Amino acid sequence: MATDGFLIFENVTKRFGAHAAVDGVSVGVQKGEVFSLLGPSGCGKTTLLRIAAGLETPDEGRVWLDGEDITDLPPERRRVNTVFQNYALFPHLTVAENIAFGPRAAGWPRARIREEVDRMLALVQLTDQAGKKPRMLSGGQKQRVAIARALINQPRVLLLDEPLAALDLKLRQRMLVELDLIHDEVGITFVYVTHDQGEAMGLSDRIAVMNRGRIEQIGRPAEIYEAPRTGFVAAFIGDTNFLEGRVEEHLGDNYCRLGVEGFPDIECFNDTGRPPGEPVCLSVRPEKIRISRERPEPAPHVNVVPARVADAIYLGTHTRFWVRVGRHRVAVWQPHARFLLDERPIRWGDEVWISWHGDDGFMLERFSGADAALVATPPERIGAANGGVAP
Amino acid sequence: MTADHLRREEWAVTLPSLGWLLALFAAPTLLVFAVSFRPADPYGGIGAGWTLATLREMARTPLGPVIARTVRLSALTTAICLALAIPCGTCLARVAPRRQAVLLLLVVVPFWTSFLIRVFAWRMLLHPEGPLKRVLVTVGLADPHTQLLYSEPAVLLVMVYTFLPFAILPIYAAAEKFDLALLEAARDLGAGPWGAFVKVFLPGIGRGVLTATLMVLIPALGSYVIPDLVGGPGQDMLGNRIAQRAFSDRNLPQASALSAALTLAALAPMALAALVQRRPPALEAAARKEAA
Ligand SMILES: Nc1ncnc2c1ncn2[C@@H]1O[C@H](COP(=O)(O)OP(=O)(O)O)[C@@H](O)[C@H]1O
Ligand SMILES: [Mg+2]
Repeated sequence: MATDGFLIFENVTKRFGAHAAVDGVSVGVQKGEVFSLLGPSGCGKTTLLRIAAGLETPDEGRVWLDGEDITDLPPERRRVNTVFQNYALFPHLTVAENIAFGPRAAGWPRARIREEVDRMLALVQLTDQAGKKPRMLSGGQKQRVAIARALINQPRVLLLDEPLAALDLKLRQRMLVELDLIHDEVGITFVYVTHDQGEAMGLSDRIAVMNRGRIEQIGRPAEIYEAPRTGFVAAFIGDTNFLEGRVEEHLGDNYCRLGVEGFPDIECFNDTGRPPGEPVCLSVRPEKIRISRERPEPAPHVNVVPARVADAIYLGTHTRFWVRVGRHRVAVWQPHARFLLDERPIRWGDEVWISWHGDDGFMLERFSGADAALVATPPERIGAANGGVAP
Repeated sequence: MTADHLRREEWAVTLPSLGWLLALFAAPTLLVFAVSFRPADPYGGIGAGWTLATLREMARTPLGPVIARTVRLSALTTAICLALAIPCGTCLARVAPRRQAVLLLLVVVPFWTSFLIRVFAWRMLLHPEGPLKRVLVTVGLADPHTQLLYSEPAVLLVMVYTFLPFAILPIYAAAEKFDLALLEAARDLGAGPWGAFVKVFLPGIGRGVLTATLMVLIPALGSYVIPDLVGGPGQDMLGNRIAQRAFSDRNLPQASALSAALTLAALAPMALAALVQRRPPALEAAARKEAA
């Protein structure tokens, strides 16, 4: 086993026809953590989850649970349970009978089943709905039945496939908190599939960002956001600007100088040691860039660039600016931490300065237009491909 | 819209079909019931006045064996049809759409030929000199003296053949609507393939199975052509007795009395089905109130 962990996918590939839905995925989920599979629709999240559940057999690779190779075990013999995307509650059974399904199949004694069902009903706050059929329940209630029905079996790993996708926004936020509480209470390992970065960031201990059947990056939410390792991750999680350019020279202390057409020299952290001459895509998040009327005091490693405001949207907590540098558009989010009305606001057409620290830029491989189609808010694109993606 | 409005509208929509049922089903049935209490006249018609003579006469004839045979054959036919139709209907629902169209066509294609002709075809197949017998004797599965035609198994075979499509179609329709993700959920929760089938799939297509049961059992109870053509002497069913009373004896009240008995016998399973289908009303009402 190359990867370690409690639930391990080792080089797992699953093809449907010629198309690889999951393509050589290796990942280890640690015991007790909430691990999210995050990626756009169709990237293979559900397929990977179904492979863990035993509902899909991988074409290549192995799956390990707690040191045991479970690749060839049928679903009923795996100690994992799934909360299905559309809940898949049994329509002919009541809430209590749905929850009791697993224990009955496992042949628990009657008294224990009753006791555990009651405990689960209390855990998901559905005690008063125990006798109802699923079709009488609201979306949020169905959701909780699905969770209770899975949890009662005391699985080693609980697999959740977009459990909140069918709920409206308010309910989604509440259920997210509830899921977090339930995880704290039962302490079971969660593998959580979602295409919603907000859910993944809020709930997860670690996130694996998937794209086209592959895992692009695994890390804690802050790592994924602050230090994306691929252009896709930078664009999929949060918003970002992409500046296409070229490494010019190394400056020592792990910094390098970048040339971007229309910009003065840009300094950037270069821990990956990209050699001079290499074409790169510099990702800078809009909220890391500062905007001001006056030229900021020069400071080490800080890039200062003159610009002109092309658009400004005031959103209360912050203002979103789009500024022009030469023929490029750059997004800048300016937070409002102080009383704003005493200041002279920056308006459309103003000449301004934008600045960011060299540590806030990430040099990534070039970002493809096909990837841009998969992300909710396409990044501001600078350089040769500018104009390909509308802001 | 209020519940009252809804109810009134429901009535308006149901009324035409209700009238149709009354005129073409309920009224003739009641007529048949009524005729059982009229005397027979010597010319094959219905005499004047009312009498219990027919019922007394019917009570004297030993109908026990005929009723037993009718119920036994019908129940067996239903059971075998269901046993065949559940796997067939399920497979039909799960194959690729293009194949499905072809297979469905194969299920209904026999209906393009007259029922009588198909039963006669079975007579040829089962004939002592027929192909089936010869094959069975050649393979050594039957000795040359076995009688295929004019036997109770032959009646059963042809009945199953005749009613099978009526079982397959409703079960196919139910299986088509069944959400296969439920089977995965059952497996995920620890049920084996068989457990998932019995505890989730069968209840899921329950209505289809119920419809199939009624569609086979009720006409099977009334069948008389099949036992007449492929059954042996002394193997007639209630249907044959009715035909005999009506056509040979020309005694309409007696035929009516037997028909009434058969109708009551056929209504029994339907009433039972209706009882099974009705959900516990108290629970439903309470749940609806809470949902509102
Ligand atoms: N049973 C299947 N047959 C054929 N293709 C499938 C099947 N299941 C999934 N796929 C394909 O595999 C890819 C990944 O699907 P899925 O794992 O459901 O993605 P996600 O859950 O990330 O949206 C998609 O392109 C999808 O069309
Ligand atoms: Mg999915």
